Amino acid sequence: MKGILEYIGLDRISGPLVVISGVRGVGFGEIVEIVPSDGLSRQGRILSISEDVAVVEVFEGTSGLAQPTTRVRFLGRPFEIIVSKEEVLGRIFDGLGRPLDGGPVPFRGERRNINGLPINPVARAYPQDFIQTGISAIDGMNTLVRGQKLPIFSGSGLPHNDLATQIVRQARLLTEDEGFAVIFGAMGVRHDEAESFRRSFEKSGVLKNVAMFLNLADDPTVERLITPRIALTVAEYLAFEQGMHVLVILTDMTNYCEALREVATSKGEVPSRKGYPGYLYSDLASIYERAGHIIDKQGSITQIAILTMPDDDITHPIPDLTGYITEGQIVLDRSLAQRGIYPPINVLPSLSRLMSDGIGEGRTRKDHANLASQLYAAYAHARQVQRLASIIGEEDLSATDKLYLTFARKFHDRFLQQGADENRTITRTLELGGELVMFLPEQELTRLKPEEIDQYGRIKRLAVSH
Amino acid sequence: MESTAQQPIVTMISGPVVKARPAHRFSMNEMVEVGDERLVGEIIDLDKDLATIQVYEDTTGLRPGADVYAKGLPLYVELGPGLMGEIFDGVQRPLEILRGKWGDFIRRGKTGTALPRDKVWQFTPSVRPGAMVLPGEILGELPESHLITHRIMVPPGVQGTLEHIVPKGDYTLDDVIAVIRSPSDKIHELKLFHRWPVRKIRPYRERLIPSEPLITGQRVIDTFFPLARGGTAGIPGGFGTGKTVAQHQLSKWADADIVVYIGCGERGNEMTGVLVDLPKLLDPRTQRPLIERTILIANTSDMPVAAREASIYTGVTIAEYYRDMGYDVALMADSTSRWAEALREISGRLEEMPAEEGFPAYLASRLAAFYERAGQVVSLSGKKGSVTLIGAVSPPGGDFSEPVTMHTKRFVQCFWALDKELASARYFPAINYLQSYSVYISAVEPWWTEKVGNTWRTLREKTINILQEDSRLQNIVKLLGEEALPDDQKRIIEGARLIKNDFLQQGALDPVDTYAGPEKQFLLLDVILHFIERLADVVKARIPLFRAMELPVVAEIHRLKFTQRGDDPGPFKSIKEQIDKEINALLHRQDSL
Ligand SMILES: Nc1ncnc2c1ncn2[C@@H]1O[C@H](COP(=O)(O)OP(=O)(O)O)[C@@H](O)[C@H]1O
Ligand SMILES: [Mg+2]
Repeated sequence: MKGILEYIGLDRISGPLVVISGVRGVGFGEIVEIVPSDGLSRQGRILSISEDVAVVEVFEGTSGLAQPTTRVRFLGRPFEIIVSKEEVLGRIFDGLGRPLDGGPVPFRGERRNINGLPINPVARAYPQDFIQTGISAIDGMNTLVRGQKLPIFSGSGLPHNDLATQIVRQARLLTEDEGFAVIFGAMGVRHDEAESFRRSFEKSGVLKNVAMFLNLADDPTVERLITPRIALTVAEYLAFEQGMHVLVILTDMTNYCEALREVATSKGEVPSRKGYPGYLYSDLASIYERAGHIIDKQGSITQIAILTMPDDDITHPIPDLTGYITEGQIVLDRSLAQRGIYPPINVLPSLSRLMSDGIGEGRTRKDHANLASQLYAAYAHARQVQRLASIIGEEDLSATDKLYLTFARKFHDRFLQQGADENRTITRTLELGGELVMFLPEQELTRLKPEEIDQYGRIKRLAVSH
Repeated sequence: MESTAQQPIVTMISGPVVKARPAHRFSMNEMVEVGDERLVGEIIDLDKDLATIQVYEDTTGLRPGADVYAKGLPLYVELGPGLMGEIFDGVQRPLEILRGKWGDFIRRGKTGTALPRDKVWQFTPSVRPGAMVLPGEILGELPESHLITHRIMVPPGVQGTLEHIVPKGDYTLDDVIAVIRSPSDKIHELKLFHRWPVRKIRPYRERLIPSEPLITGQRVIDTFFPLARGGTAGIPGGFGTGKTVAQHQLSKWADADIVVYIGCGERGNEMTGVLVDLPKLLDPRTQRPLIERTILIANTSDMPVAAREASIYTGVTIAEYYRDMGYDVALMADSTSRWAEALREISGRLEEMPAEEGFPAYLASRLAAFYERAGQVVSLSGKKGSVTLIGAVSPPGGDFSEPVTMHTKRFVQCFWALDKELASARYFPAINYLQSYSVYISAVEPWWTEKVGNTWRTLREKTINILQEDSRLQNIVKLLGEEALPDDQKRIIEGARLIKNDFLQQGALDPVDTYAGPEKQFLLLDVILHFIERLADVVKARIPLFRAMELPVVAEIHRLKFTQRGDDPGPFKSIKEQIDKEINALLHRQDSL
């Protein structure tokens, strides 16, 4: 068996990295304990190892370490945590999985490597169970399904936390209580944000089903690389061993990516876009792909990651690579928020890639897909008309385009806008959508079938236009 | 020197890059196994003392000093019966077998063979003992799936007298089915499979110039930006613009004999989606489940990055193998950008000098070499076969000026540019018809004219003219509104709208619209253009255009793509007649006012 090896003295300290020479019998990716002379030990991980030199990233940072006196213990195993249902749910931990709630360190469960393993694609079951979130812009146009990874692309100061907690409050209603868990992973968020999440879980009575892993804004940066992996390791255990439906909330992935960049820069790696390492895509995928359903297993992992787009720029590498990996995105929009619209979801860049399999006859309603498509087409055109109207003025618009302006207004006020506690049924959402498209002339409704137009009330519309 | 110095050992580990010594024990691109768990790797660099190994599995826990075993062969794939309908990872590990062995998650280490050794195949020889056989010559065949007859070929590089060949009967992959004595008296024992190094193009006799269309059943592609058998195509687009759905559509409906689909660094659920769909969908020509002609390679984004780099080569080598049997093979790679990023990641760990955006300087030549493996050829056995390559490209930020898109554009003959704006209006396929192109148009024109309709060319050109005129007018509309245009220009706008909504737009999820054969494409476009031409009469008669757009026949035109499959021209003809009747009536009413 691999034993514990101990060395004294560091060769070099650089940013979050330390270099130790003369090391033997140590494996790549294994865990290291760094013990400074003051005795308070820190944890780290081996980033590269050669016959005589080991490079270690220190999760808690290197500040205060002294070269000659620091002791380094190589533990001969990768980063592992103990997973269990009883000892983890209803608890709060720090970003490395150590209790913050005064409770005991979990010890009775199973030890698991936090990096997890890739799910064999042939073992996956295609996610297709509709989750009603009670939010029209999501349920109607960007439907969430169980086992999906659907992030929220936000900007600083936008109400992503409110939206996420509203989803947690409202979405669980469709699932059986006992089989439901929320795993919350915070990376670099402010204390009050974490606290407001906790309070909201408490208010909705789910706290006993929640485990929180908190790396707060003033906690060590490098630790952020570990936190989401701990959260997902617990989630995998609950979903695939305990058969629970698990919702994982990870916030803020932008802080995670910045931590990754910091380590890469300290290593002197060749950066790709905006200084982020070339492997940011693969690294993010190793987090986001840990969601889904497995054939013959009861549980599932649904992942809602929150990220703030630097400069509200959706082409920034963090949202960009995230969108390339996740199964869609919900995009929040500053101008909608400024107009007082909640939730300020811009549906045009938003997408749920798993929507088509989660909706339709027997799931939501037969016409759902066409209605959503029509709403998209109409809203996209309405936004163009708004732009045109700002140039030539409303009066000079064609009669049809004027109707599009009305459509846009109604779309914002009736469909998008809803209360932070308003839980709309899918039936109500689709009803609203049907009413909206009826503000447009029939020739414009090219995405709908004639019988669908009938269903939304052709008669009523004719009555209005005459 | 100590005796252990000869056994190569690991000296350094950094993610998927491992160094070993002594270097002289290895050859370039040789396959190796590393450590107690025998992780599979490949030699990618040799210098005086050190060999660099790209390891295809997770290296966590690997230590300096671990043994490295040279395999004496370059990275290869097994080519033989048992590929069809299967799903492999990037280095050809069979994923179904892995699941049986390890459960739902992929672990690392040795796995057994790519092709099943216990399966029995019914082989029928077609050559007699004593014959002189040449490389690539067909020795016999066996049914691999309901759709595919697998032809057993003399491996390239082997020739001589056929000393022995087994009679018709049941054989497994381990059985020797033929013995060849080479001119230099070397004995070759042949089995139903052979190995081939993935990075080496398989030889053929002659390369042909692509001239037959590869029909995809997707109207905007076949009619406007056609692909040819043996051709190349790139699909660039930001996330969510429809690259994967387009590749899925092509793998379902392209009229190739065989499809190789590579999920290269993309989502696990997308591979699951293919695995769920293909057994249920029937090939429109053969009425057999599509999975029977499909081979899947899945190296998803969470699987090891080095195997992602290899997956493209694994796929294209398998495609060439079936090409050599005389099949038309279409290969989709989703996404070539992830492959390029794998190159970049490994290059970074080797501390090579980066060129643009951190990519290695050899990115362009590797891309060129990949697309060079497409082609319609006469194989060594004299059969005509082809490999068509279709690569998705995922430009960061949707910006087509980035290196992978730019270089791909240089090497592909069809460029299907996907457009974020179209996608956000849920207008699919979101192929931007102003930015896209195909160089095969004149090459495939004779086929369309002969087989489908002799006015194909004019129909196509008229349509393109309308679309181009429309995009010019749209610039004015954006500033002044549609009302500012005279009626003859409004006609163009209305006409283009019909073309866009009723022809170009095609729903992948609609059971009828998802596939449109060439006849349907021609008939549908013919109807739409006829209506647009008759609109000119309406304009001439100074009748407001909206009156024509409100005619009942317009709704009939909208419906055509959802209701007709195109095997019967009747309904199209009667809609044309209805167009004439209603427009004439409109003109007549105006006259009598
Ligand atoms: N031809 C199509 N028909 C209908 N929907 C489509 C089509 N192409 C794309 N979509 C929609 O767009 C989404 C994103 O498409 P996808 O091919 O996954 O994009 P990409 O691979 O470019 O990220 C799909 O989930 C689907 O909802
Ligand atoms: Mg895709």
